[in-house]
Amino acid sequence: MSASIAFMDLYSRRLWINRFNLAVSLLTMLIGLFWLGWILLTLFEAGFRTLGPALFFTMTPPPGASGGLSNAIAGSLIMAAMGTLIGTPIGMMAGIYLAEFGSRGWLAPVTRFINDILLSAPSIVVGLFVYEVYVIHTRHFSAWAGTMALALIVIPVVIRTTENMLRLVPDSLREAAAALGAPQWKVITLVTVRAAKAGILTGILLAVARISGETAPLLFTALNNQFWSLDMNQPMANLPVVIFQFAMSPYENWQHLAWAGALIITLGVLVLNILARVFFRNKSPTY
Amino acid sequence: MYFFAFLERFALLLIAVAVASHSALAVDITGAGATFPYPIYAKWADAYKQKTGIGLNYQSIGSGGGIKQIVSKTVDFGASDAPLKLEQLEKDSLVQFPMVMGGVVLVVNIDGVAPGQIKLTPKLLADIYLGKISKWNDPQIASANGGLKLPDQAITVVHRSDGSGTTFIFTNYLAKVSPEWKDKVGNAPSVSWPAPSSSGGKGNEGVASFVQRIKGAVGYVEYAYAKQNKMTYTLLQNRDGNFVSPNDKSFQAAAASADWKNAPGFYEILTDEPGKNSWPITGATFILMHKIQADPAKAKEVLKFFEWAYKDGDAMALQLDYIPMPDDVVTLVQSAWKSQIKDSSGKSIW
Amino acid sequence: MSSVADTMDGLSRSDAGISPVSKTIPDANLRSQHRLDLLFRLATRFFAFLVLLLLAGIIVSLVAGSLPALRAFGPGFLTSAQWNPVTEQFGALVPIAGTLLTSFIALLIGIPVSFGIALFLTELSPIWMRRPLGTAIELLAAIPSIIYGMWGLFVFAPAFAQLQPWLTATLGAIPLAGMLFQGPPMGIGVLTAGIILAIMVIPFIAAVMRDVFEVVPSVLKESAYALGSTTWEVVWNVVLPYTRVGVVGGVMLGLGRALGETMAVTFVIGNAHKLNASLMMPGNSIASALANEFTEAVGDLYSSALIELGLILFLITFVVLALSKMLLLRLGRMEGQKT
Repeated sequence: MSASIAFMDLYSRRLWINRFNLAVSLLTMLIGLFWLGWILLTLFEAGFRTLGPALFFTMTPPPGASGGLSNAIAGSLIMAAMGTLIGTPIGMMAGIYLAEFGSRGWLAPVTRFINDILLSAPSIVVGLFVYEVYVIHTRHFSAWAGTMALALIVIPVVIRTTENMLRLVPDSLREAAAALGAPQWKVITLVTVRAAKAGILTGILLAVARISGETAPLLFTALNNQFWSLDMNQPMANLPVVIFQFAMSPYENWQHLAWAGALIITLGVLVLNILARVFFRNKSPTY
Repeated sequence: MYFFAFLERFALLLIAVAVASHSALAVDITGAGATFPYPIYAKWADAYKQKTGIGLNYQSIGSGGGIKQIVSKTVDFGASDAPLKLEQLEKDSLVQFPMVMGGVVLVVNIDGVAPGQIKLTPKLLADIYLGKISKWNDPQIASANGGLKLPDQAITVVHRSDGSGTTFIFTNYLAKVSPEWKDKVGNAPSVSWPAPSSSGGKGNEGVASFVQRIKGAVGYVEYAYAKQNKMTYTLLQNRDGNFVSPNDKSFQAAAASADWKNAPGFYEILTDEPGKNSWPITGATFILMHKIQADPAKAKEVLKFFEWAYKDGDAMALQLDYIPMPDDVVTLVQSAWKSQIKDSSGKSIW
Repeated sequence: MSSVADTMDGLSRSDAGISPVSKTIPDANLRSQHRLDLLFRLATRFFAFLVLLLLAGIIVSLVAGSLPALRAFGPGFLTSAQWNPVTEQFGALVPIAGTLLTSFIALLIGIPVSFGIALFLTELSPIWMRRPLGTAIELLAAIPSIIYGMWGLFVFAPAFAQLQPWLTATLGAIPLAGMLFQGPPMGIGVLTAGIILAIMVIPFIAAVMRDVFEVVPSVLKESAYALGSTTWEVVWNVVLPYTRVGVVGGVMLGLGRALGETMAVTFVIGNAHKLNASLMMPGNSIASALANEFTEAVGDLYSSALIELGLILFLITFVVLALSKMLLLRLGRMEGQKT
């Protein structure tokens, strides 16, 4: 008798704990969405009226004149794309090494460790490093230097997510592929990486999101440019630095452009996120 | 071959972008440094490009950054709000000259006080920033402000958190008018702020917004900032004992009384200048170039730009609340160009 | 190295089962595949080494840059709260405290919220809503940090200033802990910076948690459900332990961002080199001190002290990492299995 009451009590308690925690979970989701909504609302409110064709087809103006952000948008696209293109393969290969071959030897633990430390490097430090090794020696600021700094920020994020995601792929998958006689490089590239694809992609997107808004590492490397330039060996305009300089200025047209630039970056990364998901959309692997 | 297709796509994209990046026009002149003159340099550069087709790319990375960059020769010219002393110019073989001037203004947030209503003396200002006067209804403030009714409110001192030329000019003034400030705090682009209630905002923007938010706050910003944001500025007593209002006229008055001729290396800070109408916290911003130019043609282009800016840039400067350099100073600067900036064979460039 | 499987580290369990199969593959093909295997492994090894070299280069250049300050101040740098550019007396106590405090607040808020979000996305949400909701949360990471700064300064801080008197009245009344919540309602300060950081790390932690939760084999979860477990019990007792390493990795990713975040913190922390008991007062963090002062630092000692701050940030990360590794080992042992 008493045992059954205790059982009922325990059961209903478990149910209530479950309900309560799930309700809290819903609440946290709403909290997340609330912040997003608030920030986006601010961005739209402050940046939307400046949004228009002129924003994309005219260059950054002097104070008081009309203009757009075309040079900064182009520069940001180029440098973020190049930084990702250079950083991602390096990060993925290194991540594969850590996850698949890293159980022996000193290289993997040391690399993993330094990588984790570098994850929290203030981005300005990365910029300074590139400045010291590249800008000082070439004697000029350049888009290449900016690209390098961004790639160095991409690498640790991609390594960490690649390794994490590969480790979560069950060994049974690898074993099954190996049992079919697949050589290891095929197992990794065709089976393991593929299974971890969604997670690795998340990592890359997080990295892109992070570098698309980085101001500090570009200030000492790509500098910025008031005019249109696609020469990778010259200073190149970029949105974050323009936003920063314009937002801190007293002139209204510059401040409007700063908010519009902020809106563009945010929407740009959003679109990229969605595109990437659609583009790489596959039936998610089931085990 | 999923993975390799992926890598291949990456590689192709890389090559495509690298190729595309080579077909482009180069920007001719690059300069970097002080944030204070950034808007006017941008405006001049834009007008100059429309006129001559030569682009001048100036970026505000801070005065300290500007000095570092010109010393390591990564830019064609550097810019600084704090002038370098002659010894330092000699050491790095640099030429320095003033380009444009501006004023630093005090802004407050006190209930019932309108712009220009409250008067401050140099001593009051220093004591407020030293933390010795901590309430707005302090008898010392009251005695300088006759009939003005000030509330029983704590003073919050707001300053720049980032190192800045504005702070350099402001602390230079305080060090000139208050021996105690000079001993305890000093004069630098960033200092250790003594007042217990002080908090730092990033950039003029940060200072302005803290002052607007915090009741009883006082802060210093560039004039353009106070004007554009319609902030409550204060009057300040100048060296001649007059309470002056910050505006183009009072900045120009301060600039006119400066003695550039006897300032070696144009080391001149326009704070606490004499003159009936002089605003006491005024400053110039400076350009730094190498004495010996490896690329004389480019150096000549840079100087041509500055010549044009001195000659045709005055209206644009005034429009953005900067004060152009007087003509006699420009003549001094240009003769310095002639005598000091040379190519590697020792021939004068200008 | 006679069989394919032998080259697979970490798959020793499968050796016995596979070696007979590999013998049936024609020898020439086997050899060429074997060579490719070697090549692939060497390639990944090369990149790991390259990364190590690059990243170590950053640390070496930091150490070199901070030598003057190390020589001038010694270990006293860590415990001094003084920061005076004019007399060139520098100490790192205030920025260290600020960095640790803001990151701690960020994780205190961020980890539970992220866990809730990941739980919602993987177990509760209707399937069709998962993708848009997940993307929405990831979008929080897409907002540039300077925007968080501007939004924090102009929108969040004034709103938070309205809430602060209430916080002071309620939380501030708690004995001892109450002193953390004293001070004038300025809207800026260590607490504000911590909250903004929390919003910034949530997408990082939540996205990784969701991804690792998703790859938990259904068999595991279904077995637990079959035993009568509630959703919560499945997540807490099955999913979380299984994904432990990934979750900690995600938290580290978030912590990494929180520790090194520059622009957002700079705008709202108040940037005062002063120690304060209250979280509502202005403070400073390592990254924001660097961002604020580096471009204007003229003297060698001043720049060097700032670079040493950057080095200290690495040391902090190092300690935090070591602690989290120990935590993982401990967790593994408690379950009687080592990971």
